[in-house]
Amino acid sequence: MKIGAAMFVLFVVLGLFGPWLAPYDPTHVDLTLRFLPASSAHWLGTDSNGIDTLSQLLWGAREALVISTSVVAISAALGLAIGTLAGWYRGVVDEILMRLVDIMMAFPGILLNIAIVATVRRPGLGVVIFALCANGWVGYARVARGQVLALRERDYVLAARALGASGPRIMFSHLVPNLLGPALVQITFGFGAVITIEAALSFLGLGPQVDYTWGAMLAQGTAFLWKSGFRTYVLVPGLAIAWVMIAVNLLGDGLDPQKRGTL
Amino acid sequence: MSLGSFLLRRLGSGAIAILGVTVLVFAFLHIVPGDPIDHLAGGEATPEQRAALEHCLGLDQPAGAQIVAFLGHVADGTLGHQCPDPAHKPTVAARIFAVMPYTIFLAIAGMLVGVILALPLGVLAAVRRGTWVDTLASVAALSGIAIPMMLFASLAVLVFFAELGWLPGPTETGPAALVLPALCVGIHLMAMLSRMTRSSMVEVLGEDYVRTARAKGLPESRVLFVHALRNALLPVITVAGMQFGSLLTGAIIVEKVFARPGLGTTLLEAITERDYPVVQGTVFVIAVIYVLVNIAVDLAYGLIDPRIRVR
Repeated sequence: MKIGAAMFVLFVVLGLFGPWLAPYDPTHVDLTLRFLPASSAHWLGTDSNGIDTLSQLLWGAREALVISTSVVAISAALGLAIGTLAGWYRGVVDEILMRLVDIMMAFPGILLNIAIVATVRRPGLGVVIFALCANGWVGYARVARGQVLALRERDYVLAARALGASGPRIMFSHLVPNLLGPALVQITFGFGAVITIEAALSFLGLGPQVDYTWGAMLAQGTAFLWKSGFRTYVLVPGLAIAWVMIAVNLLGDGLDPQKRGTL
Repeated sequence: MSLGSFLLRRLGSGAIAILGVTVLVFAFLHIVPGDPIDHLAGGEATPEQRAALEHCLGLDQPAGAQIVAFLGHVADGTLGHQCPDPAHKPTVAARIFAVMPYTIFLAIAGMLVGVILALPLGVLAAVRRGTWVDTLASVAALSGIAIPMMLFASLAVLVFFAELGWLPGPTETGPAALVLPALCVGIHLMAMLSRMTRSSMVEVLGEDYVRTARAKGLPESRVLFVHALRNALLPVITVAGMQFGSLLTGAIIVEKVFARPGLGTTLLEAITERDYPVVQGTVFVIAVIYVLVNIAVDLAYGLIDPRIRVR
């Protein structure tokens, strides 16, 4: 878990400061510098447009951090709120919200993302974030509802109610803080899921229309895989994505009390 | 509850979910920007041509009538027709069923690869918990999850097709062409299923009946594979069932790398072309398979664990 945390922190630090560390502009096209191997001027070489790979990687980290943080934050907030409402009010509210969750679960996730992104000709970051949030909240809602159903029977909730606390007050000052533990595990895995889906969307040509997301780099790298001497390029975004995935999996398993000590 | 009434109830609630998905897709298609007529007719269509297309697609009808019309197409088995000139174009159902076998074969083959790799790996990791075997299995599972599917698939093509020439590559057909795509799908599944198998097995191995089985002198292989694994399988089957459902469309990356037709690719094309009838029909078929797979998973529970068999 410590390894996972350290790996994750490195990702966040590079995401925050990467653009300042990047030696070149990640959009600067120079066709005289195409497909260069690694050198002292370009530590990781250049791509098919003569763009410095290291700079792409670092700006891509920023992009990945922005997308994953926003999607996870929005989805978690929305999901926890919906789940808490369903678990607290039960009855009709619960029925309606949970049927909605069921339908969302029956609908293949990535397709909804694709469908939303494909509606716009040149999707920006905002559209991609919106698309990923559209079904991202579902998992959080389920976990929150289950937790609230159990928590609402606790004595401290009864005590709060006896003191005259209102429903919303109990929900948001008493229940939600107690949900954050289980939700944290999901939030951790969420970072990995978002980065994977973003990469898949970019690979299908539906990502945010900038050249330096890791997904776009992967798409370019796999397209030029036949070009000997350029094969290492694809490993750069591939390993970057793998890095984050390993980090969140180690971290998430470490945070999960049920799985603690495994792996 | 008899098996018959169990099936009836599940099919009933499944039908409601499918109807929900249908209405949701319908609403979604009408909310999003982008006019299907623009895509079909192109820039220089006359207003008459546009009106004819609109009529052909049924877009001149009120929303409720359009849904009823779609349900009619479900009933007559065509799932709708493609415009313009529906008489000379294959029905939506024909278009979907032309690619279905590719998707189904890939999903089944991928699932087989995944399960065949995951079960022994998970069991071994659970039995040798804390040793290097366990660590190795964890590393294998973690890499299966961590390496992006497109990278893995592309590298597989490069190595086994382009460099070694052992296996057929993209665009080829035949059973051998299924090997690489199935491997790519399977490795990813293996990662998820082996972790599930391991944690489920670790739990079951601590149960009293396993100790009893060992105490009465059963051979270890029988204890593991008959007594323990059978009980450990339930959560694994749940995950496998859910994954099978998402494979129907989730294999879209693999389909792209190997230039294979499939449901996911068909749907992606239909969405980008605003081909409403095909989107609606494909999502319907996917939802039906989802529901059927879920029922099959529940029946499989009963087969494996008589305690939850419906009576």
